[in-house]
Amino acid sequence: MSNIKNAFQNKALIGFVMAGDPELETTKEVIISMANAGVDMVELGIPFSDPIAESSVIQSANLRALKSETYLPRIFEMIKEVRKTTDISIIFHTYINPVFNYGYEEFFQMCKETQVGGVVIPDLPFEEKQEIKEYADKNEVDIISFVVPTDGARIKMIAKEASGFIYFVPSIGATKAMEGHTKELTDVIEMLKQTTNIPVAIGFGINTVQQAEFFSKMADGIIIGNAIVKIVEKYGKDSANHVFDYVKDLKSVM
Amino acid sequence: MTKTRFGKFGGQYIPEILMPEIKKIEEAYEFYKNDPQFNKELSELLLKYAGRPSLLYFAKNMTEDLGGAKIYLKREDLNHTGSHKINNVLGQALLAKYMGKKRVIAETGAGQHGVATATAAALLGLECEIFMGLEDTIRQSLNVYRMELLGAKVHAVTFGTQTLKDAVNEAMTEWAKRSEDTMYLLGSVMGPYPYPTIVRDFQSVISKEAREQILETEGKLPDVVMACVGGGSNAMGMFYNFIDDKDVKLIGCEAAGLGVHTEKHAATITKGSVGIFHGMKSIFCQDKHGQIAPVYSISAGLDYPGIGPEHAHLYDTGRASYVPVTDEEAVDAFEYLSKVEGIIPAIESSHAVAYAKKLAPTMGKDEIIIVCLSGRGDKDVAAIAKYRGRIINE
Repeated sequence: MSNIKNAFQNKALIGFVMAGDPELETTKEVIISMANAGVDMVELGIPFSDPIAESSVIQSANLRALKSETYLPRIFEMIKEVRKTTDISIIFHTYINPVFNYGYEEFFQMCKETQVGGVVIPDLPFEEKQEIKEYADKNEVDIISFVVPTDGARIKMIAKEASGFIYFVPSIGATKAMEGHTKELTDVIEMLKQTTNIPVAIGFGINTVQQAEFFSKMADGIIIGNAIVKIVEKYGKDSANHVFDYVKDLKSVM
Repeated sequence: MTKTRFGKFGGQYIPEILMPEIKKIEEAYEFYKNDPQFNKELSELLLKYAGRPSLLYFAKNMTEDLGGAKIYLKREDLNHTGSHKINNVLGQALLAKYMGKKRVIAETGAGQHGVATATAAALLGLECEIFMGLEDTIRQSLNVYRMELLGAKVHAVTFGTQTLKDAVNEAMTEWAKRSEDTMYLLGSVMGPYPYPTIVRDFQSVISKEAREQILETEGKLPDVVMACVGGGSNAMGMFYNFIDDKDVKLIGCEAAGLGVHTEKHAATITKGSVGIFHGMKSIFCQDKHGQIAPVYSISAGLDYPGIGPEHAHLYDTGRASYVPVTDEEAVDAFEYLSKVEGIIPAIESSHAVAYAKKLAPTMGKDEIIIVCLSGRGDKDVAAIAKYRGRIINE
């Protein structure tokens, strides 16, 4: 088991940033500023040329990061630099192909070495977990499972084998849910809680302080993706302070 | 689990949000492929609407001119909508209808699969939206208009390289959003299981007919069967019923663009490596970091950085071989077949014709080649004229 559970001692704020957007020095600063602002876990994107399961905001971040030639060897170097300053919980968000090409064995060894405790891989569903499980287990890296609102049998099947935390993506957006459409959320979370003890985090376009306050009451953690990436898109190399202010406000209400 | 794979290739590498839907398609297909009513309706559509069986045509002039093996052309270009794509879309659109879907979406490169899908949707009364890279909508503007004429909405994709792979990305995203009433009609033997199997099964009618036709005409099996390969659906259809005939050589012709020594090609097997993308473990054009490479071919239909997993398996086990054919060779073949046989082939199919031109003279006169003529070339005429320096107003 990884160090992920440390991030969930209280309600966890999980902040996403794309490695190398617009270049790795900025990413390093953003990670450190998130740690300083009280973020509990950083979800670090590894850029991919064809991110099929992302919002257009995150798709564009992938392309900006590739423009600055951000690949795994340099990403691990950057994390080593970060580790001189903070031991904040870090997980990767990546498509499987960059990991496959880097080599599973070496990738998970490097995760262990740089204290990356988990991997979120959108194109590696439950059915294909065996692809990496052996290597992840050996190096105590959690394969984070996605759950979407489908049938209960499937949700329970995934939850039973899940480790680290559950990455729950509701079918409706955060704005809609704030209007009172929360039955789907509470139903799925209840089902998960009946099946597993590991924490449940929600990621679906949470943006405002009000939303952070509201949804962090419903789950063990919330994931902020688009909102942070938009700040980095806007401020580029000067993003760190802006991200700091933004996530500090969110954390203050959780 | 192994049924999702061809050797080590294939699988279901797709987002969780699509998994329940892909399982539904898997179950529905398992059921309907043995359902008499479904099969009867599909057979009737193929016979009475698509115009099957397609001819196996002896290319006498080409054979005499090249002075080697006898060359037969499997005339998929004579199908309704002008290519082999109709075989698959009628099957999948019918499956969508049996599954109770109201809407179909599809990706397209050259526009052939898009036109075929729009056609099937019009016939079966389904709503239709086609995803096409912006660059391809310009290269194939006639087909865009054709699709619109057939009642489809054409969605120009502006992300990334704006070609086929981006159209697939966008179609998958849309499918994830609306799978409850929408079926994704994949155009090639690629993507997550069961698509490579479904598309291969629907396309295997090509080799089923060709095998019977050649046995009837020549009294023996061919020595070589060949087809062009992008994702590989016409090739898979052309190969499938010959796979167990160990003496029949199977050759796929990949798009080498400006040449495999340049970066401007789409020769996946010749230049690519194993990877995981678009739902499948297969062979892809990619860099050493696993970033999918921009590919190029004069043919929009072959301009795809991957190949179907069953092809990767046939290559891996040595059952089929794959050869690169350049733009220049394909254009020569396009012009050659037009002049020698009075048949204007699709620029995609011209890649296979080009390799047949090379191979036939090296073979004996008692030997036989079947080339899959996967589509007709009307759609390419203006582009070829331009390649030769003549601007034509379409």
